[in-house]
Parts: sequence; structure tokens; C-alpha cells
Amino acid sequence: MRVALFITCVADTLFPETGQSVVRVLERLGHEVVFPAEQTCCGQMHVNSGYRIGALKLARRFVDVMGRDDGVDAVVSPSSSCVGWVRELLPGVAREAGQEQLARDAEALGGRLFELSEFLVRRLGVEDVGASYPRRVTLHPTCHSQRVTRVGDAPQRLLARVRGLELLELPEAAECCGFGGTFSIKNADVSLAMLADKCANIVATGADVVTAVDPSCLLNIGGGLSRMGASVKAVHLADILAAEGAS
Amino acid sequence: MSRGHPHDFPAAAREALADAQLRANLRGATQTIRARRATAVAELPDFEELREQARRVKDDALGRLDELLDEFQAAAEAAGARVHRAPDAAAANDIVAGIARDHGVTELVKMKSLATDEIGLDAALAAAGVEAVETDLAELIVQLAGDTASHILVPAVHYSRGQVRDLFVRTIARGQELSDDPRDLAEVSRLYLRERFLRAGMGVTGANVGAAETGTVCVVENEGNGRMCTTLPPLLVTVMGIEKVVPTLDDLGLLLRLLPRSATGERLSSYVSLLTGVTPGDGPREYHIVLLDNGRRNALADPVGRQALRCIRCSACLNVCPVYTRVGGHAYGSIYPGPIGAILTPQLWGMERYAKLPFASSLCGACAEVCPVGIDIPQVLLHLRARAVREQAPAPERALFGAAAWAFGSPWRFAAAQKAGRSAEAPLTRGGLVRRLPAPLAGWTQGRDLRPVARETFREWWTRERGAEAP
Amino acid sequence: MTAAVDLFVQRLEAQKTEVRRVAASGVAAAVAGVCAARRTGRLGVPPGLPAEWRPAGVAVVEDHDLTPAELDALDAALTGCTLAIAETGSLVLAAGAADGRRALSLVPDVYLCVVAEDQVEPDLPAAMPRIAGLIREEGRPVVFVSGPSATSDIELQRVEGVHGPRQLVILLVS
Repeated sequence: MRVALFITCVADTLFPETGQSVVRVLERLGHEVVFPAEQTCCGQMHVNSGYRIGALKLARRFVDVMGRDDGVDAVVSPSSSCVGWVRELLPGVAREAGQEQLARDAEALGGRLFELSEFLVRRLGVEDVGASYPRRVTLHPTCHSQRVTRVGDAPQRLLARVRGLELLELPEAAECCGFGGTFSIKNADVSLAMLADKCANIVATGADVVTAVDPSCLLNIGGGLSRMGASVKAVHLADILAAEGAS
Repeated sequence: MSRGHPHDFPAAAREALADAQLRANLRGATQTIRARRATAVAELPDFEELREQARRVKDDALGRLDELLDEFQAAAEAAGARVHRAPDAAAANDIVAGIARDHGVTELVKMKSLATDEIGLDAALAAAGVEAVETDLAELIVQLAGDTASHILVPAVHYSRGQVRDLFVRTIARGQELSDDPRDLAEVSRLYLRERFLRAGMGVTGANVGAAETGTVCVVENEGNGRMCTTLPPLLVTVMGIEKVVPTLDDLGLLLRLLPRSATGERLSSYVSLLTGVTPGDGPREYHIVLLDNGRRNALADPVGRQALRCIRCSACLNVCPVYTRVGGHAYGSIYPGPIGAILTPQLWGMERYAKLPFASSLCGACAEVCPVGIDIPQVLLHLRARAVREQAPAPERALFGAAAWAFGSPWRFAAAQKAGRSAEAPLTRGGLVRRLPAPLAGWTQGRDLRPVARETFREWWTRERGAEAP
Repeated sequence: MTAAVDLFVQRLEAQKTEVRRVAASGVAAAVAGVCAARRTGRLGVPPGLPAEWRPAGVAVVEDHDLTPAELDALDAALTGCTLAIAETGSLVLAAGAADGRRALSLVPDVYLCVVAEDQVEPDLPAAMPRIAGLIREEGRPVVFVSGPSATSDIELQRVEGVHGPRQLVILLVS
């Protein structure tokens, strides 16, 4: 397949290695990866903060850029929240704003827009991607991936086939990590109280690594673990799937 | 709920978070109720269908509310009740105080009712020389303490048993040797209130649901105080929010299947009363129903926001909310806290005062999963955030988001912004991490380290490794 | 019918309600037995209570507009019901002749209710049509009683017996 990478503004800027991992995994499976370099941001941050007009402008641009290459079979992203926004929420928001064309274009793109784990497991039917990652890992199932994008157990299925990986169950897994976009800054105190509980649960598993399918949640969790001096590292699922040996 | 200073949720939340006793009480209580609710709901194999049905019933009702209110009034009056319309809190209080005055009532017994709390009925009655005795144990506790409710369903959840014991010893059990066993405490309230029930000249209740076809009011409870209020005094008043009306008794029955399970995790509450007008020889001789608007029509006018009016006040959303369960109800500055409060309060009583409530959420979506009438709370939160920004956004924030949108408007500006960010961060970076960001982003680094902008962004890597892609 | 009755009994017992299964002819004796065990002096009944249910050996007081104080002076109350609901372990009182008025089954501390097995509906949806009919046609007041009163307002610890009867006894007649 010809797959376009939707890198997201956060991963592009802060987690480029995750983008590289997505490319490596897809190419390892024999697919062609293209990177539409005009992409910037899908508008999720703006809509979540109430800046709807700005969000829809960014979304319009995003849908144009990512939808213009007819030869692309799928658009894949390491961020389930961004995919969830564009695929599940944008059409409704656009319609509410009277932008029917944008809603329809978003729906058309949505038909071939995927978060990485759901792309591999549901679209490609692949669970073993040839990864090797001998570590103790726990998975935080992010709120958006479960309730908006609904990737279900795709991450777990992929992790189960990674050689050497021991998957540890996270207590109170469904609890929000406290990110919530600008919530983490506007309501920093509550956000940090939520983060503290999430980090405590992660540390309690004894895992070396916590993983997830949302770079922004990992930014939040990783930042909290770092500040508390924990040795647990926050690593994106793509980076685990790209790994091929002890490192 | 008068217009006053804008409610500062972040500040109120910060204060609440520092109260360790409150946090412990909330955590214990909400985890317990959550588990009970989950068990009770799991018993219904058709829960999703029932939810969907309830959503449709409520939306239909809200879509023809005036028609249903007229039908309700006509039916209730035909059955012997008197129905009053109260456009706002002041009107409702005047009506209730007037009824008390007309009958020479100086002491009345009252059932827990959010609608009456909303309008400040107790205080209005006191000002009119009428003592309103709260008879729900939790409301009694809150009333004796001069406090306000912190949860829709268990208003005194923020009190530990020791705190209740101390309160009773100070007030209704003066001089008594009292243990902090909830059984002993309940017995104290039982004896105190029994006297009041037997002699009260008037009872006041709220309503969980109203059926328009017969003018029937449904009141749900566990303690028996509702039955006391609705059958012993010769005079009864019900204050009902206009959004509580549904078309038929069958619709009422549907909600009766959802409410107790979603609220307390019970199949049915201990007592459910269906009150239809006046029945000679059984209950009050005179029954008044006050239909309360008090801002509900504001919500009705918003096609997306109005779904908040489906709410049947079960509080399931409160108990699963990571924000509410950590800060409690007082932090929201409204009788309606938690997820439902965040979307109802600003619609009822204005964005000028409550612009921060729609932002009191990480949008995790746990609330929508449990709502028995299918309110898409995250959708309404986003919708109200857009309203808050249009109406109340501070200029610096607006400028920041405008600048971001501009930067995101082209890949060149975006790349330039990334480089600018990298340079700006350099002096702030120690040991590969940013540990302190300046305002307005300081909230992030209050408790987190921050990865800096990568030495090579993804697009820089792709350009270098793969050559520039033709767009 | 039997499955519903069995479920009804199960639910009642889980709700701390005493259930005695009696033959139709044994109601009065069973009532007398319950009253004796609880040293009941004065037993309130609706005027329309069937004569054959009235026990000997207890002062039976008919509820002719008893005042709240007079109701409070009763030790127990005995009524029938309009129907019952198995799934929720509920009695439904709808101001029928044997149901009595609502205050009667509320104020005395002990409440006995006679339920015939054929009055037991499996669940709320099955019971609603009849209840709705009584409201539509006659405007009857209705109370569902599902166990003794309770509160969980203090630390969420359930305490049975607040304002309603603290002891509930069902006489289930086959």
C-alpha cells in the first residue's frame, strides 16, 4: 500500500523518533510511505480550547493537504486523539458551523484515516510486526483512543507479539492521565493530581516502560515520571514496534 | 444564583485539592457508588436500548415542552392540584412563601430537592418567618452545619462520621453521649424529625419526573421522609423544574428503571411515590405544583446545549469524573457540579459568571459512557468552550491562539516557529529537559518536566534522509 | 408465575424483609403470630381490610382518618396491596380498599402486608400498565415499597430503618 504519514504537530516537534518508527514499521511490512510535507496541524488544540473558527480553518487546510493525493491508500498517524478529532468529531463540528463541504471532505478522508495500531490490526490484519523489545512494559489506554477513536485492544494485540516483551497490567488503567490539552495548564492543580495517581499506578507495576498511542499523553506522563525521578520511561507504541533488538 | 463575580474554578479547585479529608471522603464514596452502579446496570441486558429510548423520550419532550407543560397543568388541575408557573427563583419563592402565609404555616418539612436549593427556598422562607426543616439526613446535616451540598445525590459526602457526630452533639443531640456509628446517628435524626413530621402544617418536595398525561409527580427516596412530607401534612407543595416533564406514565416508568440503578446502584429505591392531584382522605387536602423555569429556557434555546436538560439528576457522571472526584461539588460554585454542572450551570445562569466551568474537564469522556439519557457531555463542553471564547476570552489568550493558527497556516511558518521555539528553549534547558516555563505556560512545569524541541524535527529528518517531497 | 414468586421472595429476603408463606385461611393466625412475637398492642388496618385477615388477641384499630399522633400511637399496621413486583422486591399500594391510605403503611414501626401469589408481576414493565390504568382512570395515589427505609448518607454506609417502618413482614398467600 501507499501510506501517507500524518505526523502531527506534537510528534513532528517533540517526538520525531516516533515518526521515524512509524515509517520503519510500515516499510518493514512492505508498504510505501510518503510524507505530505505541507501538513502542519489538524486543529485539535484549537477546537479543544474553544477557538472553533481557527480550528476549522486549520482542519480545512489539513483535509486538503492529506486528501489531495488520490494514490494514497491510507493516512496513518501515531496520535489517536488527532485521528479521533478529524474522523469522529470534525464532521459534526463543521456541520454545526454550516460548513457542509468540509464535513463531507472530512468524512471522505476519515474513511481511510487511521491511528497506527488500528491500521495494523484492523486494516492490515497484522499483529506480529517483527519487533523485539525485551522489557517490562505497561500500557496506558488513552481516553481518546478508547472512547473517541475506539482502537479497542489493538495496542495490546500488537504488544503481545513483540519478542521478549513482558506486558504488565496497569491498575485503574481507564483513568485519565490528566493531560486534556490546555486543561493541563489552565487547571494545572487538578491535572497534576490526576497525573500523580497515574504515575503512581505506573510505578507500582514495576515496569521499565509505559507506552501509549498518543504522544501528548506520553508527553504528560513522561514529564511527570521525570519530575518525580522515576526510572520508568514513556515510550510510544510505534517505537516499541520499530525496535528489532536489545538496546 | 445571582450575577456576581465570575466563578474561579481553578482557584476553588486548588483549595479543595489541599483538603485531604475531603479528598479521602470523596474518593471512598464515589468509588463505592461507581461499583454499585456498574453492578446494577450490568443486570440489564438491554441497558443500551433503554438509554437510547430515554434519550428519545427526553428529546421529544424538550422539543414540545410548552405543549406538555400545558397538558400537565390541565391534567393536574383536573385531578385537584393547583399549578403555578414561576419564571425565576424570586417568583417561585414568593409563590411558596405565599402559600405558607395564606395557611398560617410557620414550620414546614422539606424533602431534598435540588430545584429548591437552586432557588434558595429555605432562606426565602426564613425571611418570611417560615422555618423549613430539611428532612433528608444529608440535607439535615448540611442545614445544621450552615453549609451547602457538595454532591447531587449524597450532599454530605464530604463529612466523615466523626464530623457528623460532632455536629449533632452541637445541635440536635446536645448533651448526649453519641457514638459515631452511622446507625446511632441515623437514630438521632429519626427521633428529631419524627416530631416535626407529625406536627408540620406543610410539606415541600421536588420532583424526579412529571407525567404530562395525568399531571402525575414522581418522587423517589430511600429514607421515608418523602412519604412523610407528602402524606401527613394537610398542605403540600412540589417545586418542579420544567425540564422534568415527559409525555406519558410509560415514559415515567422507563425513567424509573434507569434512575435508581444509575444513581445508587439499586434496582428501585425504597419508596417511590406517584402523586396525582388530591385524593380525599389520603394525603394532603391541598396540593400546589410550582413549575420552575429559572434559566432552563436559555438552555432550551441552544440546539446543541439543550441536551443537558435531559438530565434526571442521577449523578452517575459525578462519580466517574476524575475532576469532580478530586475536588468535590463546592469547587464548581453551583448546586449542579461535576460534568453535568459544567454544561448546565453556564447555560442556566450565564457565561459571564461561569465561563471557566466548561474548561473544568480533561474531556476524558467517562461521563458520557454512564449517562442514562445519553447526554454527550464532551460534545456540549466543546460547544460551550466555543461560546465562552466568543463571549469571554481574554485578549492575550486570543492573541496566542491567533498566532498559533497563523504559524500553522503554512509549512514554512510552522518550520520557522519550530526553530524559533528551539532557540527560545535553549536557555531554559538543563540536562536535556525544560524544568521551568514562563507564564502563561508555567502550569505545565509546575509538576512536569518538558522535552524540548527536538534537535532535528521529523520534517527536517525526512527532508535530509529522503529528499524534499513534492507536495 | 412460580419463577416470579421465587424471585420475589429472594429479593425480599435480601432486603431484610421477613416473608411468611401462608394459606389463604391462615392469614389471621399468621398476623396474630407476628403481633405476638413483636408484642404488638394496637394494630392499625384500613376499614376495607377483609374480615378474615383480622387477628384475634390484638387490638385492631380501623383507620378512620386517624390523626398523625394517633397513627404514631399504633404499634403496627396491616394492609393488602394492589400488586407486587418480583424483580425489585416491591409492594405496590394504590389506595385500593385493602391497601389503605399511604400514611397508615408509613407511620407505625412494624408493617405487615398480605400479598397473594397471583398478584406478583415479574418486573416493572409488566406492572406499569395496571398501575397507569388506575392513575389514568381514577387518579389514585401510588406508592412502591421496596424494603424498609434506609439511608447511606453517612460515609455511604447503609443504615436500615429511618422514617418508614423499620420492620417489614410480608404474608405471601398461595
